[in-house]
Amino acid sequence: MARAVSNRQKAYYTIAAWAVGLLIFFPILWIILTSFKTEAEAIADPPSFFLFEWTTENYGVVQERSNYMRFLINSVVLSVGSTILGILIAVPAAWSMAFVPGKRTKDVLLWMLSTKMMPAVGVLFPMVLIARFFNIYDSYIMLIFVLMMINLPIIIWMLYTYFKEIPGEILEAARMDGASLRNEIIYVLTPMAVPGIASTMLLNIILAWNEAFWTLNLTTVNAAPLTAFIASYSSPEGLFYAKLSAASTMAIAPILIMGWFSQKQLVRGLTFGAVK
Amino acid sequence: MATQHSRSAARLMVAPAVILLFIWMIVPLVMTLLFSFMDYRPMRGVYDCCVGFQNYSRFMGSSAFWDSVFTTLRMVGGILGITVVGGVLLALLLDRPMWGQGIVRILVIAPFFVMPTVSALVWKNMFMNPVNGLFAYVWKFFGMQPVDWLSQAPLFSIIFIVSWQWLPFATLILLTAIQSLDSEQMEAAEMDGAPVLSRFFYIILPHLGRAITVVILIETIFLLSVFAEIFVTTGGAFGTRTLTYLIYQRVIESQNIGLGSAGGIFAVILANIVALFLMRIVGKTLDK
Repeated sequence: MARAVSNRQKAYYTIAAWAVGLLIFFPILWIILTSFKTEAEAIADPPSFFLFEWTTENYGVVQERSNYMRFLINSVVLSVGSTILGILIAVPAAWSMAFVPGKRTKDVLLWMLSTKMMPAVGVLFPMVLIARFFNIYDSYIMLIFVLMMINLPIIIWMLYTYFKEIPGEILEAARMDGASLRNEIIYVLTPMAVPGIASTMLLNIILAWNEAFWTLNLTTVNAAPLTAFIASYSSPEGLFYAKLSAASTMAIAPILIMGWFSQKQLVRGLTFGAVK
Repeated sequence: MATQHSRSAARLMVAPAVILLFIWMIVPLVMTLLFSFMDYRPMRGVYDCCVGFQNYSRFMGSSAFWDSVFTTLRMVGGILGITVVGGVLLALLLDRPMWGQGIVRILVIAPFFVMPTVSALVWKNMFMNPVNGLFAYVWKFFGMQPVDWLSQAPLFSIIFIVSWQWLPFATLILLTAIQSLDSEQMEAAEMDGAPVLSRFFYIILPHLGRAITVVILIETIFLLSVFAEIFVTTGGAFGTRTLTYLIYQRVIESQNIGLGSAGGIFAVILANIVALFLMRIVGKTLDK
């Protein structure tokens, strides 16, 4: 917006936008604040906002008592593992569709997208059965595979839109100079594609981290990530607000930070290039 | 142009993704389809391989099914209404010149990154709880009787929680779309003395049309399978049993695989109807 706006108007907009922004953000702020309170303080009447005795003991208690670390490690393994595996499969596919498109490329892309529309609950029992049959229920293998598959269409689409932006002339020049397909990918394409791949990975780690259907239904103990850990936290109401908050803060903090870095890519990744 | 050699190499590189996605899509779906024609209740040892369309007629004939369809429609409709209208207004506001725009954007987008189980549990306990929730304090402060949100207005509460998570998504996409609006057009309209409202209805809204459609379609696909928020808050009680949750209960809780699978097929069809519209829009952008 290049138009001149008086400072007075700008001040109004600023106040309005900050008020709405803080209101929307407030629940998250409240979780973080409560995580530093004692349990008594957390349910104090009236609630205290900043003037309470700050304590970090909740974080210690949560980590000691509930195997928090194992759930955290599971979350990291599942989200990062499924993303890396997805990237390995998606990069060649997206590369070839972007640079050597055939007659059917558009149909293939749309069909890939359509697999994403499958409602998970429609195939719930088969997945449980398959997991039991191969004896991989509640295992990393099963969850990594499932999380990779549900996000693979998004990974391919994001990479495809990034690769499309790389000028094809550069690749042709390399080909003219006699670069083999392999060298073309390693020396020409990869350096230009790294930013796109990085943001694709970032968004997909976020999506996998927060996935809460399969992670709740295909795990019990061994491979259960933080989503399941938090869901199991419905302890007697009112007693453990501070600890619930500490656990929640730890579960969302890494993703919030990553999310803020990837907000631009979010639009591209989740609208499949339909909004730019 | 690409050589024959690089063409076949290219096909080879797409193959793993295509094969995996094909298996991923077809195997469980065929299994669900097969189960939907069986009377299969493992807990009771009932197994009858071929009962025809009995599961379908029983599933669709039950009042639970129609209740769940209406609940789903109400929930998805409510959330779409809140997030689209709120998203347009919020995007318009965030597009205005202000101090600290970047920070406000970050504050607004944050709920989208909160894990569904966390947001459901936190809203349930720390805000909507009738004794210790923050809403109860606010109500008491104004001299009103605290409300037990999740049992007195359960569907509204879930709509509220999920809208909080999806409002950032709508806002972010609509903001992106607004920012691509040609500012000269707006200036011209302004110079011609077009009032704010007509500028909104005749320039901004038509420009946003496509983005709004995309938001509605994508949200619908995700909202049809909202699960964790219901699982953690009401467990499907008090009229919050959506189609997704009903199928989950049939399959996992009552272990009536045949009935649940028939419901699953119904959910697949429902999602595909929505998906069809989305694909057409996305397909058009591919042609450009």
